[in-house]
Amino acid sequence: MIEIEKVHKSFKDLEVIKGVDLTVEKGEVVSIVGGSGSGKSTLLMCINGLENIQGGSIRVDGTEVHAKGTDINKLRQKIGIVFQQWNAFPHLNVLENTMLAPRKVLGKSRAEAEELAVKQLTHVGLADKLKVFPGKLSGGQQQRMAIARALAMSPDYMLFDEATSALDPQLVGEVLDTMRLLAEDGMTMILVTHEIPFARDVSDRVAFFREGLIHEIGPPDQVIDNPQKPETAAFLKSVV
Amino acid sequence: MGVSCGLLRALLPRATIPLGWFLDIFRSVPLLIQFVLFNSLKSIVGLDWSAFTVGCVVLGVYVAAFCTEIVRSGVLSVPQNLRLASRSLGMTYWQDLRYVVMPLATRVAFPGWLNLSLSAMKDTALVMWIGIIELLRASQAIVTRIQEPLLVLCIAGLIYYLISLVVSRLGAQVEKRWQQND
Repeated sequence: MIEIEKVHKSFKDLEVIKGVDLTVEKGEVVSIVGGSGSGKSTLLMCINGLENIQGGSIRVDGTEVHAKGTDINKLRQKIGIVFQQWNAFPHLNVLENTMLAPRKVLGKSRAEAEELAVKQLTHVGLADKLKVFPGKLSGGQQQRMAIARALAMSPDYMLFDEATSALDPQLVGEVLDTMRLLAEDGMTMILVTHEIPFARDVSDRVAFFREGLIHEIGPPDQVIDNPQKPETAAFLKSVV
Repeated sequence: MGVSCGLLRALLPRATIPLGWFLDIFRSVPLLIQFVLFNSLKSIVGLDWSAFTVGCVVLGVYVAAFCTEIVRSGVLSVPQNLRLASRSLGMTYWQDLRYVVMPLATRVAFPGWLNLSLSAMKDTALVMWIGIIELLRASQAIVTRIQEPLLVLCIAGLIYYLISLVVSRLGAQVEKRWQQND
């Protein structure tokens, strides 16, 4: 369970998150939508401690993310994150990219890590690209590799930060399909996304972010199909 | 030495500003002057070092100062996103450095580093000013003996060239191998 309580986050004088409360239950898929600069991506970075926070608290399975004594590297093993820029390690091939963290962080043997990596890469449809270097892959393939790389750590949670925003339109579908599979497998996910139809399909709840706050949250058939607040309606109109 | 200074400068830019100033001195003062100055200084302080030791120390610090900048630029060339990605997988600061930053930084820094090695090799010619017989000095001695300056200097140049050629060819091989992956 991820519990976010009254979180504040500022970059210098600019407050980007102004007291967000959000609880994500195990197995739940929550989508976060909203205009750029509304603090959605920053919130994801805060959840796995890549950004610090100025107020409030974030707990993952009861562990305070930003507390002093927290073993953040240990905690991050539970939380996979996929970024907008796919961030493949260019000096390693697809298999090595996926094996690196299981080997070095989890201390798995080469054989174990390889088995794990092949399994995940097969899952995302890259079984025939194991020895290929990221430079030779399309954006969609690199992004799917990034998903497999995160999954190889056997995380309990997956965070997706606009995973399809930097892709060519025809490549968006393959990545969304991979994410959909994951949701169907019961993975706990928080998605920051601009793909409203996709969010409606896979999410248990949708949160609309506006000016650093959750403006409206609820099941997709409420927030997306029948928004209660005029700002939500205006935003949805502008993106669809 | 240069590699560690470069890492320090790239990873802790604020804390190592004084180191930057210190190395700037060695980058900015001509090597020849450094040799002569250090050699005199050695006598004043009363160190009992051979000319060879002096040559090694001065050339070492001089090359390290340049190497620092080469390594620093390599480390800074690694996109922040990649470092976030590796940290997000649970890798520690040092694991990220060892398995992601260093291999990528090496590729960027390598051509510059090779260049530095080649020029350092030729800078050894300057140590004759503090009394070491190296290639150029030796050829001058031969010139006075056999009175064929052009021939001897050409041979000396050729020897420098051959040494450089080997180093630069090896370097080109390494770069080519890396590029096949990109």
